[in-house]
Order: sequence, then C-alpha cells, then structure tokens
Amino acid sequence: MTNPPTRFSDHAVEQVVGRLLQLGVLIAAVVVLAGGALLLAQHGSSPAAFSTFHGEPDALRSIGGIVTGVVSLHSEAIVQLGLLLLIATPVARVAFTLVAFILQRDRTYVLITTLVLALLLYGLVFGKA
Amino acid sequence: MRASAESAPAGPNVADLVLPDFASMTAIAFALLVAGGSFCAGLLGALTGLGGGIVVVPMLTLLFHVDLRYAIGASLVSVIATSSGAAAAYVREGYTNVRVGILLEVATTIGALIGAALAGVTPTSFLAILFGLILLFTAIRSIRPTREHALLTTPDKWSARLRLDSTYPTAAGRQPYSVQNVPAGFGLMFVAGVLSALLGIGSGIVKVLAMDQMMRLPFKVSTTTSNFMIGVTAAASAGVYLHRGYIDPTVAFPVMLGVLAGALLGARILSVANTKLLRQVFTGVVIVMAIEMLYKGFTGGL
Repeated sequence: MTNPPTRFSDHAVEQVVGRLLQLGVLIAAVVVLAGGALLLAQHGSSPAAFSTFHGEPDALRSIGGIVTGVVSLHSEAIVQLGLLLLIATPVARVAFTLVAFILQRDRTYVLITTLVLALLLYGLVFGKA
Repeated sequence: MRASAESAPAGPNVADLVLPDFASMTAIAFALLVAGGSFCAGLLGALTGLGGGIVVVPMLTLLFHVDLRYAIGASLVSVIATSSGAAAAYVREGYTNVRVGILLEVATTIGALIGAALAGVTPTSFLAILFGLILLFTAIRSIRPTREHALLTTPDKWSARLRLDSTYPTAAGRQPYSVQNVPAGFGLMFVAGVLSALLGIGSGIVKVLAMDQMMRLPFKVSTTTSNFMIGVTAAASAGVYLHRGYIDPTVAFPVMLGVLAGALLGARILSVANTKLLRQVFTGVVIVMAIEMLYKGFTGGL
C-alpha cells in the first residue's frame, strides 16, 4: 500500500494485515466493554441462569436484528455488535489478503483465498453449516 | 444440566466441594467471577504458550454450570480475540508463512463448518469425552519438551507448485526452509477445524502438530502460522453459532474481555515470568479438568 512503484510486496501485506487485526480487536473490545458495562448497569441484579440452554432471541442472533437493537441502544445488542465485529476481523483479513493477491496477479492464491472468503461469508451471513 | 445433576448420584465433583453454588448468582457477580477466571486462563495460556481457549469451556461448564453450548460460543469468541491480537505482532515480525496459512485455512474452515453442523446432533456426553481426551493430549504435549528438528530443503512437488517454501528470521539472518507432506498436513488441518468448532477451542496443538511434525516447518513458523489461522477457523463456526443462538452476551462479554486482558498482560510479562513453574501449574489444572470432563462424559453429568 505504501510502495506503489513496485509490486505489492509480501512484506507490505504483512504490515497492513498486522495493523488490520490489531485495529479490529481494539474496536471490538471497546464496543463489547461499553455494551457489557451498560448491560450490568441495567440488568446487573437479575439472576444469572445459564445452566439450561434456551438459545438467544431472534433479535440477538441475526445481523439485522443486532443492528436494530443497537440503534435503540439495547445493551445486549451492543455486546453482540462488538462480538460480530470481532468475528468479522479475521474475515476482513482474508478479504484484504485477497486484494493483495489480485494486485500481485497471483492467480492460484486468488482462487484459494476466494474459496476461504466464500466459506467464511457463508457461515457468517447464512449461518448454515 | 442442573436437572441432571440433581437426579444423578452425587459424584466427586471437585468444583462442587470447594465452591459455592454458582447457579443462584446475580448477573453482576457472575460477570465479575467469570471475567476473573477468564483473565487467569488468558494469562496462563499466553505465558505457557498453550493458549487459554482450552480451559475456558471446562471452567464455564464445571465451575459455573453454564450450558455447554453457551460455553462453546463464548470460548470461540475469546479464541478469535487472542489469536488475532497475537497474530498482529507475529505477522509483522515476518515469522508467519501467509501462503501456508491461507492454503490450510481451506481445510480448517471446511472442517469448522462441518464441525458446527455436527455439534447440533452430537450428544454432550460424547463432546465431554472428546474434550477430556484433547485436554489429556495437551497435558502430555506440555510435559514433553519440544525439540527443534533439522530443517529440510529437499524439494516437494506440492510445495513447489504452490510456492510454499520461504525464509524466516534467525540470529544468523533469514534462513530458508522447504515445506513437506502438504496433503497429509492439509488432512490433519481438516481434523483441527472440526475439533475447533465442536469444542470451541483454537486447536492450536493439532495445527502445530500438522505443521511442525508433518510439514516440517520451523517450530516458530509453525506456532505463529497456527495462531494466524486460529482466528479464521474460529470465525467460520462462530458465525454459525451466532445464528444458532449459542452466543449469549452476558456469558460471552466477560469471557472475551477477561481472556483478552489476560493474554495481553501475559505477552508483556513473558520475559520476566517463571514460565517453567507456571507451565507445571497449568498442566496440573489441565489434567484435573481432563479427568473431570472424562468423568462427566462417562456418567452423563454434563
């Protein structure tokens, strides 16, 4: 990204990937911390009952539901948004690596990386396995 | 889990003997205790190099009586946080073999999606036994010292075709190495992906085994590339689990923040800590958890 005259070198890719991962984790942690603090402030005294599985409500397990909840400052939805950003961080890393391989005209690895990205997006967007 | 604990005969559950009943806690007490436990897991995991993810699920299920599905969801999220945080530094130092990582991620993500599908239909007793065995394997690997094997530079058909051979930084400058047994390593990575999704762990130990022992990468390259892949592998199944309602915000947030904070501190104090003693302590904890998980698996108490 910083050396356009030559090809997009492996070293440059490594530097950007490193920063991308750091930034993703940092943003996710800040959002989760804010949501968690709000959650405890609002529901801190309610009992913690997690010994039986109920599954999360629809609003906390779809991307659309989480975004709607965040807009109305729902604390649990804010935590989920942070976790969603965290899950998206490695996905963004793969997407960036794909761009790098395209710029390097490395056809084999463009194909391999596209496959990994497709598998990740399939799990994240459709939630099916 | 509570219901089965009441109907089952009282077994020697170590956690129940020394700790109060966590099932009647308020959310704030639960969050603080879980965050504290997760912090210790992250700290010890970083200091011993074994990763904290392996003890998060046993801690949540055995100690806090959290349902296995919520525990796996929370653990996977913390695994993404620590691996991405640590990978950031390693990638920039030039140890990670990005091509090997991307190629093997095909195997781990397919494995993770299949593992996530299997998780829905696998009996929890089977998962507990599998978990116990992985914990035992981790303890054994931790006791046995890792030896740096000789580097090979013999050409390999797959490695040449996929341009996997690379160099890595050593005291004597960048050292070249060649990658061996690509198909076998790829196969074992698929298994690592399935295990990661089924148990909510990074399964770094299986990944390192594939790269260090089978593909003959230098040890430091194996561990950093494994770490690089763990986040992607966990993200594949975490996405599925989010949609399936396994990721509960009240359980996941103290786990994620606690493990991340512990791992960050661990990385900072690594040079001054007595890692040999810590490794023995951590191995002891892992063995106790392994026995407990196997016991719960065979008696159906989880």
